[in-house]
Amino acid sequence: MLNNLTELSISPRLAKNIRRNVKERVIEFILMMAALSAVFTTFAIVAILLYESFGFFETVSLVEFFTGTEWTPLFEDAHYGIMPLIAGTLTTSFVALAVAVPVGTIAAIYLSEFASHKTREITKPILELLVGVPTIAFGYFALLFVTPLLQIIYPDLPGFNMLSAGLVMGVMIVPYIASVAEDAMRAVPMSMREGSYAMGATRFQTALRVVTPAATSGIVAAYILAVSRAVGETMVVAVAAGQQPTLTFDPTEGAATITAYIVQVAMGDLPHASIGYQSIFAAGLVLFAMTLSFNLIGHVVRKKYREQY
Amino acid sequence: MADTQSKKASVLADLDAVRSMIRRHKFNDLVFAGIGLIALMIGLLTLLTLFIDLVMDGYPRFNLQFFSDFPSRRAGSAGLLSAWVGSLLVMAVTFLSAVPVGVAAGLYLEEYAPKNWFSDLIEINVSNLAGVPSIIYGLLALGLFVYGLDLGQSILTAGLTLGLLILPTVIVSTREAIRGIPVAIREAAYAVGATKWQVVSDHVVKYSQGGILTGVIIGMSRAIGETAPIITIGALTFIAFLPPAPVTDVAPFLNFEWLSSAFTVLPIQMFNWLSRPDHAFHINAAATGAIIILVTLLMNGTAIYLRYKIRKNIKW
Repeated sequence: MLNNLTELSISPRLAKNIRRNVKERVIEFILMMAALSAVFTTFAIVAILLYESFGFFETVSLVEFFTGTEWTPLFEDAHYGIMPLIAGTLTTSFVALAVAVPVGTIAAIYLSEFASHKTREITKPILELLVGVPTIAFGYFALLFVTPLLQIIYPDLPGFNMLSAGLVMGVMIVPYIASVAEDAMRAVPMSMREGSYAMGATRFQTALRVVTPAATSGIVAAYILAVSRAVGETMVVAVAAGQQPTLTFDPTEGAATITAYIVQVAMGDLPHASIGYQSIFAAGLVLFAMTLSFNLIGHVVRKKYREQY
Repeated sequence: MADTQSKKASVLADLDAVRSMIRRHKFNDLVFAGIGLIALMIGLLTLLTLFIDLVMDGYPRFNLQFFSDFPSRRAGSAGLLSAWVGSLLVMAVTFLSAVPVGVAAGLYLEEYAPKNWFSDLIEINVSNLAGVPSIIYGLLALGLFVYGLDLGQSILTAGLTLGLLILPTVIVSTREAIRGIPVAIREAAYAVGATKWQVVSDHVVKYSQGGILTGVIIGMSRAIGETAPIITIGALTFIAFLPPAPVTDVAPFLNFEWLSSAFTVLPIQMFNWLSRPDHAFHINAAATGAIIILVTLLMNGTAIYLRYKIRKNIKW
């Protein structure tokens, strides 16, 4: 009997088990490598940006880069001050937020507190469709529809201006703010609303005085993530805001943003490892640092300051 | 006597005040609901205006010739042939690179990864990548694929770049789809002696197919419309030839030369036409834009409908 058992344990079944275990391990390893690709990508982005920018900063001092007020890397008389590009980026983003923050917040409050289940089922997919529209189409819209429209009201507006690019970008960002802020509002427990209603408050009062304060952290996070979107948006500003790096905060003028500059240079045929080629990586590094910090702050605000009920 | 009467009057006056206050607040409610609905509709209205504007501007070009002509110096005879073929081939590479890796990564994170710093690291990276502007992916591809790995400004480079770009979308949707599957299903499979991979491949993947597909469609529709990263890798805008055909009539019937071919895609072609000062080219840009929007709306609509169906049908 005992003999029999030993024989069983070295039977082909066991051998098959070992093969099975090896196969399981191999599969797990392959899946892990796939998951690690996300980590590799992040490292590759940082490494490439730093590596190419390093060559750039051998020619250009950091002081000139951050304090210079002229950005003309492709000219004979080259200047490498990133300020004009940052100014353009911030101005278009500011215009976009001026549209997206109020509209997005109101839409979020409406979706979370006022809309019936049916309205929500219909309108949320529409917002998603809006997110899916390619940005180049919005660029066309800003350049050839919104700008001529604005020129009727404001005849001095140049054909390329940050105002129309920013406005269109704002509409594009509304769904992001609306959906993140709505999530935060819906996370506020029903009992708080019921308490408020029991005191005789209306829906609007409850939304404004109870739900919104309770969801502040989530709403602020939505705004910060929206800033990050606006800063990184490319095609709308590349098409409609102009290509000339100008140090101005006036939205009625045209000015290049960081992203528009990268597009402009990439459209031309620049030799590899030239200073112009390296300059788009330096600009990209600044852009990456800006969006990364906004994203991180957004996540921290959302996680850390979430009210616990 | 007079005293009680004046009391009664003041109570009535108070009651009136309260009633008018209630009316006022109810009216505020109504006003805000109206404003909220308008705020919601701004997006839809913009989308409608945009689409109608594109169709009205571009309608002279909606004919078969527009799809079968190469780009040209003359706006009237310029077409989309190289652009839509390019888009199709780039999408094929994107699909084949992003879907297997994304689904595998999602499976690992949900089914295999131990809950420790290691899985946290991956998760932080995935959510971070989702927030990286698309043009940064273009710079990565320019440094890594074009010059680092010497793949050149080819279809392969563009497809891989867009693959990386939509990877977070595929991973996140895979994870969400998997999370909906109850533990009991897995336990039942383990109980009859299945290995982990058997459980995952025969049950987890199978039941989450619909959710994964939704994410893949959304990701692909985003990739079709992406312009910035493709411009950044230095794609040419004037392509008057087609890449070598992927399928040939001589053995082995498959030909991979197209992977290293130069190319253009729909959004790049549109951007090129849009950046010309000549208004005749803007008509071409509008027609292209209407086509791109139509395709992405159809894909996104399909994905949303699919998700709606799945949510309705599955009752564990």
